[in-house]
Amino acid sequence: MKQLKAFIKKEFYHIFRDRLTTAILLLLPIMMLILVGYAITTEVRNTELAIFDPSKDAATLAIINKLESSGYFNVTRYLDSPDEIEHVFREGKTGLAVVFSERFYENLMHTGQAQVQLLADGADPNHAITVTNYATTIIASYQQELLKASVTGVPYQISPEVKLLYNPQMKGAYNFVPGVMGMILMLICAMMTSVSIAREKELGTMELLLVSPMKPIYIILSKVVPYFFLSIINLTTILLLSVYLLKVPIAGSLFWLIILALLFIFVSLALGLLISSMVEKQLVALLISGMALMMPVVFLSGMLFPVENMPWLLRMISEIIPAKWFIMGVRKIMIKGLSYPSITKELLVLGSMAVVLIAVSLKKFKIRLE
Amino acid sequence: MNVITAENLTKSFGSFTAVDHISFEVAQGEIFGFLGANGAGKTTAIRMLCGLSKPTSGKGYVAGFDIRKQPEQIKANIGYLSQKFALYEDLKVWENIRLYAGIYGIPEKKIGDRIDEILTRLGFENEKEVLVKALPLGWKQKLSFSVAIVHEPRIVFLDEPTSGVDPATRRQFWELIYDAADRGITVFVTTHYMDEAEYCNRVSIMVDGKIQALDTPKNLKKQFEAGNMDEVFHQLARKARLNGD
Repeated sequence: MKQLKAFIKKEFYHIFRDRLTTAILLLLPIMMLILVGYAITTEVRNTELAIFDPSKDAATLAIINKLESSGYFNVTRYLDSPDEIEHVFREGKTGLAVVFSERFYENLMHTGQAQVQLLADGADPNHAITVTNYATTIIASYQQELLKASVTGVPYQISPEVKLLYNPQMKGAYNFVPGVMGMILMLICAMMTSVSIAREKELGTMELLLVSPMKPIYIILSKVVPYFFLSIINLTTILLLSVYLLKVPIAGSLFWLIILALLFIFVSLALGLLISSMVEKQLVALLISGMALMMPVVFLSGMLFPVENMPWLLRMISEIIPAKWFIMGVRKIMIKGLSYPSITKELLVLGSMAVVLIAVSLKKFKIRLE
Repeated sequence: MNVITAENLTKSFGSFTAVDHISFEVAQGEIFGFLGANGAGKTTAIRMLCGLSKPTSGKGYVAGFDIRKQPEQIKANIGYLSQKFALYEDLKVWENIRLYAGIYGIPEKKIGDRIDEILTRLGFENEKEVLVKALPLGWKQKLSFSVAIVHEPRIVFLDEPTSGVDPATRRQFWELIYDAADRGITVFVTTHYMDEAEYCNRVSIMVDGKIQALDTPKNLKKQFEAGNMDEVFHQLARKARLNGD
């Protein structure tokens, strides 16, 4: 036990004496969350709005008012004719044009039907889809209000926007916090563990350790414990920041969130061990964990792109990516407010991944250098 | 008394035989030079003796233990140093000694004394708190040798410990080796510097996986009618090449 303690202490010296590494390890999650919360966001604010409103009645004014007060739009242009639309888009400043039909309010009241056309610049499809979604939602909410107020109760269509169910303000942070958690934990556990073992191989100290009476399991434990500890710190930082700074609440059970995270940390640590048992050089360990782990986490875990729309091959690959299951589980708990029974599948998948990976990497960790 | 015995020890990697039926014995307290060109199979042999690599065939005993069946007991009785220094650069001098003392199972109470003893022997009293990366190369090497024998093992294996070091530092290093041998530690050292062979009690010369000669430097020079070990080595190497062709 004393051997192990001395060895774990040594690992902490390695981490903390390398100021840059320490800074990166502790600040990375903070920086990423702030970036994600404030800079990298799918939220589109202050889109310039051009409006053609031949009716100028109670309904159109109310809708324009609602659009403007939402914070997503600034009305910058009132058009005199629809022909001007192309012109304003060519100028490049306008993000969305709203064209009301004539006698809008009258039509709405009497026939229950009124046309409004939304035009966006399809050259940037993501932006276009986002702003039209905002506008449709806002218009739909006006319709709802109208419906409630009306005595006759003419049935209107209800907003079909399912995406906004758990994220009514379309806050980017809701989507990114689970993703960032997955990425950071994977990065710290897998990358740092594999690099630190590879470093010992490169320096030749691993050879000396293997010749020494030190038990191989102690070597592994001493590598794993410090990064486990760091991951817990990072997990805490991420959760505190997301709740208090980004205002993403933990809607579900904190307990199960932590269980899920611990499980994911184990999987990542085991992956790190597995990588380190295959490589001899730090650089290779870095590349493998960087490319082979981070890329799939970013692209296939559902963090940035919805997995459902991918070709089946990529969907299949995404199934074996631990981060995907972790992120799914975190979304369920943090955002949808679900708890234990609904994350059973995620827990089981991650649990079996952990068992298999730990078994394989323990077996592969060579006691003898061949 | 013999502390190392090898009987027809062989290691093959696929069709390539790195170590080809080598047999020798090393006595307690001896400085045994294990010579050969790069790629002659020295490192492979040393790894088998340390329990780092399983022999393909043959037998080996180190400190009375079977290298196939009792690698753990062997590990407790040997020290090992490769051409890499095996020190942690971001740990202080005393922390490195402390760490290895712990790894080799020196009782907690004795570790403090051992650290002071080593620092005094090396003349490093003022460098106790210095990070290893700040030490000059020759110092690192001396420190890593002292760390390898921190537990006063019965045998220490040195795998090309002086490669890439200047002659003056090499001399100092050999003084440490003599010092250890005087304390009864058997030294098994590989090198490709033939002048260092003169410092050994006995040397074996390995060519292409086989031991071609094994005797004291004096006898070898007489046998090959050579002025120094370098000539002995070249004669052997030439012979092997002729046989090979």
